[in-house]
Amino acid sequence: MTGFGDFLGEFGDNMTVRVTTTVNGKLVSGDVEPNTLLVEFVRENLGLTGTHVGCDTSQCGACTVHFDGKPVKACTILALQAEGHQVLTIEGIGQPGNLHPMQAAFQENHGLQCGFCTPGMIMAGIGIAERNKGASLSEETIRAELEGNICRCTGYHNIVKSIAAGARDM
Amino acid sequence: MTAETGIGARVRRKEDVRFITGRGRYTDDINRPGQLHAVFARSPYAHARIGSLDISGAEALPGVVAVLTGADLAADGIGPLPCGWMIHSRDGSPMKQPPHPALSQGTVRYVGEPYAVVIGETREAAQAGADLLDPDFQELPANVDTASAQSTAPIHDGIANNLCYDWTLGDEAATDAALASAAHVVELDIINNRLIPNAIEPRAALGDYDAGTDMLTLYTTSQNPHLARLVLSAFVGLAPEHKLRVVSPDVGGGFGSKIFIYSEETVCGWASKRLRRPVKWTADRSEAFLNDAHGRDHVTKARLALDAQGRFLGLKVSTIANLGAYMSTFSSSIPTYLYGTLLAGQYTTPAIFVEVRSVFTNTTPVDAYRGAGRPEATFLLERIVETAARELGMDPAELRRRNLIPKDAFPYATPVALVYDTGDYQACLDKALALSDYAGFPARKAAAKARGKLRGIGLSCYIEACGLAPSRLAGQLGAGVGLYESAEIRVNPTGNVTVFTGTHSHGQGHETTFAQVVSSRLGIGLDQIEVVHGDTSQGQFGLGTYGSRSLAVGGSALMKASDKIVTKCRKIAAYLLESKPEDIDFEDGVFRVRGTNKAKTFGEIAFAAYVPHHYPLEELEPGLQETAFYDPQNFTYPAGAYVCEVEVDPDTGITRIVKFTAVDDFGQVINPMIVEGQVHGGIAQGIGQAMLEACRYDRETGQLLTGSMMDYAMPRADDLVNFDLDVVRTDCTHNPLGVKGCGEAGAIGSPPAVINAITDAIGVRTLDMPATPLKVWTALQAGSAAAKGS
Repeated sequence: MTGFGDFLGEFGDNMTVRVTTTVNGKLVSGDVEPNTLLVEFVRENLGLTGTHVGCDTSQCGACTVHFDGKPVKACTILALQAEGHQVLTIEGIGQPGNLHPMQAAFQENHGLQCGFCTPGMIMAGIGIAERNKGASLSEETIRAELEGNICRCTGYHNIVKSIAAGARDM
Repeated sequence: MTAETGIGARVRRKEDVRFITGRGRYTDDINRPGQLHAVFARSPYAHARIGSLDISGAEALPGVVAVLTGADLAADGIGPLPCGWMIHSRDGSPMKQPPHPALSQGTVRYVGEPYAVVIGETREAAQAGADLLDPDFQELPANVDTASAQSTAPIHDGIANNLCYDWTLGDEAATDAALASAAHVVELDIINNRLIPNAIEPRAALGDYDAGTDMLTLYTTSQNPHLARLVLSAFVGLAPEHKLRVVSPDVGGGFGSKIFIYSEETVCGWASKRLRRPVKWTADRSEAFLNDAHGRDHVTKARLALDAQGRFLGLKVSTIANLGAYMSTFSSSIPTYLYGTLLAGQYTTPAIFVEVRSVFTNTTPVDAYRGAGRPEATFLLERIVETAARELGMDPAELRRRNLIPKDAFPYATPVALVYDTGDYQACLDKALALSDYAGFPARKAAAKARGKLRGIGLSCYIEACGLAPSRLAGQLGAGVGLYESAEIRVNPTGNVTVFTGTHSHGQGHETTFAQVVSSRLGIGLDQIEVVHGDTSQGQFGLGTYGSRSLAVGGSALMKASDKIVTKCRKIAAYLLESKPEDIDFEDGVFRVRGTNKAKTFGEIAFAAYVPHHYPLEELEPGLQETAFYDPQNFTYPAGAYVCEVEVDPDTGITRIVKFTAVDDFGQVINPMIVEGQVHGGIAQGIGQAMLEACRYDRETGQLLTGSMMDYAMPRADDLVNFDLDVVRTDCTHNPLGVKGCGEAGAIGSPPAVINAITDAIGVRTLDMPATPLKVWTALQAGSAAAKGS
């Protein structure tokens, strides 16, 4: 933690810094505080509000995005750490009329209710599918690998089904 | 067209596209130009007097726009937050309702209670300001314990014994007589554990006052925006009703916790008026743990009287219910009319008496959480019935069967004030036993034993009263509002339809289900129907969504409005086709003169209504738009039978659910896919209560010990299994759809099934929820120690 404090100290108080990163395939820049989280940058600077904040302890996974192709919780990364990296959010994987197979699978299998955890679930689900590519994806594996994403509505039954179906279609 | 999309069809949800593509619009996604940010200063103490509050440091901080306190709130005439349900004690006296100011005025009574708000240009500036507030807290004795609350120091001036009310229901003398004459009396002490709702979207509010029009728009995460507007206008005094618009856009789960009128939305609206700039607040999860109304928290003693054949003769229940530090919007009704009235369950018990003492403690206010009173009643009843079966040496299924209300006994009046209209409890139980292979359990238990595991099975037969509620009855029982619902159908000139409902969808899928109802009635496609809810400036007054009421009450209003549309269309069609309305048939969206091929489509009628060049203007108004209000005649009574099967590792206490079976009777089902999803989610919350979720306060300091998702165990995917579901169907007899409601069933029926299964597996009589591995292991050790000692 001292390293982190030193890191912030370099910038002094109330100093904003320019960060340039690639989000959903587009090069974007924004001025952020050194302690601005990636999720804040995505939501507030870029207006990509599909990535949600559901907790303050990195437990719920509602803010899951892909960072250089891998799912991460965007509340665990500083915006500055995204400098020069590739970020993919829910808005970047598919659009109405042109859905990503994982998005389509969530609709087809009723894998969502209130929709708040859903973007994080879909991004995590794509990660599960990619990590297990070529292997048969068991219910047990999906449940174990979904441990970092909390849903309060669905009881996970249909989320597990959705991810299995989405993985098959990817 | 409508067979695939109408009533009973497994239609994919219309609302999903925006959610799966990140285009949902939740309150925190909304920002207004010039917006300020509110940060609430919250009590770090469970009970303290605030001697003085120095706000000068915060006020002087750059970026801080205002620091407002309870005194400012009172000076502006913003009144306390009311509780909307009056309960009378057994002596006839009204409940003791202490004032609940939106910002504390001199005394704080639970950890997290807001006492000031700092408003800044940024959230960071407001937070920095809040950190500089310097209240002179003088700590007072605090109590967080439900059972002992009546003998601890008073929390509110003038409320003796911390007792809000002492309420009873039922015939005490008859119940005592039953207990005195019974062949068997089973006694059980039961704690219903306190829960924290944790909808994944944190609560949020954005007040946006327009000084030019004197209109205050309040965006907020509410399950009932019209009710919020009514309470904030009529009781709190935030703004007159016609100068207040409440918008609840997409809302990320509620489970009860977003019914209530809280401090934060009140303050954001008030501050926006005062500062003439938009003011926004979004809870972080820690605030949600501290401030969203908690659920359950009962301590109960119960006695069940049985005759020699195992027939229930009487049930006597004494409960202490924790209300927390203040009365939340509906808190008084939960442990009374939504609890005591359910104690007959599915059984013919002739004499029932219940007394409930609701007490104040130095904890977060407690109010409705999924099921609200009915899970507490069901847990008590299904635990004591299971215990009775074990003590009588009877099969728990057989004991239940002996006492079920027979299906030819409906309508059935219980001794606790309800009249069940319909049901087939025997069919539910039979189906659940078959689906769960109850008969094959002994073999599975033996196989588990060979693997070193303890296997157990548990049943639960639940009933709930939902579809809240007949207004006249609710009024007699103390409700401060009516409980009808409204619907409006606006047929547009081109023949598509906009539907407005007073209910609110925050995961339930109304945009699809309600459209299916309209599609069936009007014979138009789902893609021709838009369902609108959640904005008081668009739809007419309605009561919102809770108590599994939306389809039973709101859907019935929609049926009435649809019928009015069809009636008017018939008249228009008759004119256009030179016939009489009674000779017009309507089917699949076409109006046809009976026995002829003369016909007009729904779209042609709509166009004629809006372009009335050829139209009976002397008899009919132009336009095609109808409203309806529906007030139910009775509650609806969903019921079901659940079977849970578990395996316990005796070395660790780790308990896995290996099979969970749920058979429910929801009457007619509009969209089976959505209903199954509701049941899955309810069961998950019930399993959470039974095995994972424990709200804990430190008994000395009153600090919330389980204040984050790292301390409070939320059910995760690997805690649960796939659920086996089936249905029995007896349609509700008194609403036009025959529907009963499905939102709460899973959370009501599942906890006793789980605990009955675990206690069966490990051979103990009682086990408090949540049955964590430590608790299960400890109970096992105590059991084997007792066995060795005897």
